[in-house]
Amino acid sequence: MTFLSFLISGISLGSIYAIIALGYTMVYGIAKMLNFAHGDVIMVGAYICFFATSRYEMPPIVGILLAVVVCTILGIVIEKLAYKPLRAAPILAVLITAIGVSYFLQNAALLLWSSNPKVFKPIVPTGSRITLFDGQLSISVITLVTIASCIVIMIALTTFTSKSKMGKAMRACSEDKGAAQLMGINVNATISLTFAIGSGLAAIAGVLLCSAYPTLVPTTGAMPGIKAFTAAVFGGIGSIPGALVGGILLGVIEIFAKAYITTQLSDAICFAVLIVVLLVKPAGLLGKQIREKV
Amino acid sequence: MAEILKVDNINVYYGAIHAIKGISFHVDEGEVVTLIGANGAGKSTTLNTISGLLRSKTGSVEFMGKSLNRTPAHKIVSQGLALVPEGRRVFLQMTVQENLEMGAFTQKNSGVAADLEMVYQQFPRLKERYKQTAGTLSGGEQQMLAMGRALMSHPKLLMLDEPSMGLAPILVEQIFEIIQNLHNAGTTILLVEQNAQAALSVADRGYVLETGKVVTTGSGTELLSSPEIKKAYLGG
Ligand SMILES: Nc1ncnc2c1ncn2[C@@H]1O[C@H](COP(=O)(O)OP(=O)(O)OP(=O)(O)O)[C@@H](O)[C@H]1O
Ligand SMILES: [Mg+2]
Repeated sequence: MTFLSFLISGISLGSIYAIIALGYTMVYGIAKMLNFAHGDVIMVGAYICFFATSRYEMPPIVGILLAVVVCTILGIVIEKLAYKPLRAAPILAVLITAIGVSYFLQNAALLLWSSNPKVFKPIVPTGSRITLFDGQLSISVITLVTIASCIVIMIALTTFTSKSKMGKAMRACSEDKGAAQLMGINVNATISLTFAIGSGLAAIAGVLLCSAYPTLVPTTGAMPGIKAFTAAVFGGIGSIPGALVGGILLGVIEIFAKAYITTQLSDAICFAVLIVVLLVKPAGLLGKQIREKV
Repeated sequence: MAEILKVDNINVYYGAIHAIKGISFHVDEGEVVTLIGANGAGKSTTLNTISGLLRSKTGSVEFMGKSLNRTPAHKIVSQGLALVPEGRRVFLQMTVQENLEMGAFTQKNSGVAADLEMVYQQFPRLKERYKQTAGTLSGGEQQMLAMGRALMSHPKLLMLDEPSMGLAPILVEQIFEIIQNLHNAGTTILLVEQNAQAALSVADRGYVLETGKVVTTGSGTELLSSPEIKKAYLGG
């Protein structure tokens, strides 16, 4: 039973990575850039929810909605101010800018909210658990909420990109921006929309993350951000199902490494697995290398 | 006949490279006009400038009496101007039907089903393959898809950039037949071709481009029989 409970924890942690990885992968797919500030948007989302629920004693759902709204706007603003002027710039300039935005957000949080850790109030009461098999297996409710959120988000996003007009336009832009413009698609608006969706999801990930690990500091988003980026690459950057597979696998590997090997080396083990996967499949597990016909 | 497109003294640069050096020409409603010229003459650059993907430093592009100089590329197609770009540029990871739907991006949703039927009737091959991703189509099928996709926007002026490129002779013939049919149905066409013989045979008028300038112009038949054109572009 301990194996099963570790597996469930792994899937839950992996669900958070997957939701964050979606933001990386969607933005990469369309803007062909790695938005390293994405992890810090998670942190901002968590702070917004913290202030709403702990300071102003709003109900959790209001806290989550506020976090989503603020992060969505933040994502759009970051893209407009920092990345849009660099559309034609070399990839390295964009990368450095993204790292700069990341530090900017962390330092802004430090100034606004100080480095004192905040104790995040989980969105479901702490200690609420479900017991199964005559008390042999006990799962916390937040674990289940996290996994369920991930499933709902995945289904919604997959439906959006495969069925809706805007979702298809997004895929068209990620393949060929020039051709997309010839179809009448507003590429700038589509990129904005992608940042908006990714950042909104980051807010949800932030709330779920801090509900499971309730210590909130300005660097809270950094490590999960990097791990989720790893998960996105692991699954195949640019691919939505890849983000799910990569995220879940990374979460499970991390929890198993912590449980059965050693806590100190769990991150090293995650990254070692990534390296092995990339050696065997350079495009990631579900990434495809497409060849163009001439 | 009414002038539908008027290109007046455009100059286009790629950084320091002066690719288009003061080109002017016009297309009348219902005409097929062709631009011919060797590799690098500036044919694609001209079409890309008209569709807003590139900008001219000087002069103007007017479509149905309205200047397009400041119109962003994504707002041009809804005015009735569609480009089938060089190299087709279909969305390889999307299905045939999704590609066609993208062509109808600016259209009302209610008319899309009927337009799909219209395109499928024109290109039965695409109908058979509507669920396949465009990347799995042959070169000729991709060209048909690119043309069908452009037709989904109901263009008043259809611009085609080397539609016969890389196709087997039988397919080239088929493509030109389609162009002829579109022309007969009243679509105005601006055609860029390396295959000068075929292009001039369907065209009402033609312009010959050399290193970013118009060097000769005339009716299709005039250009076909001109000794210089024969020598330079028709292989004899
Ligand atoms: N992206 C670019 N960057 C720099 N120079 C370019 C670019 N695209 C085209 N050129 C240059 O502009 C000139 C015109 O090119 P263009 O593609 O318009 O020619 P074309 O007539 O369409 O040729 P082809 O028949 O080979 O397609 C060429 O000298 C070409 O080298
Ligand atoms: Mg060309």
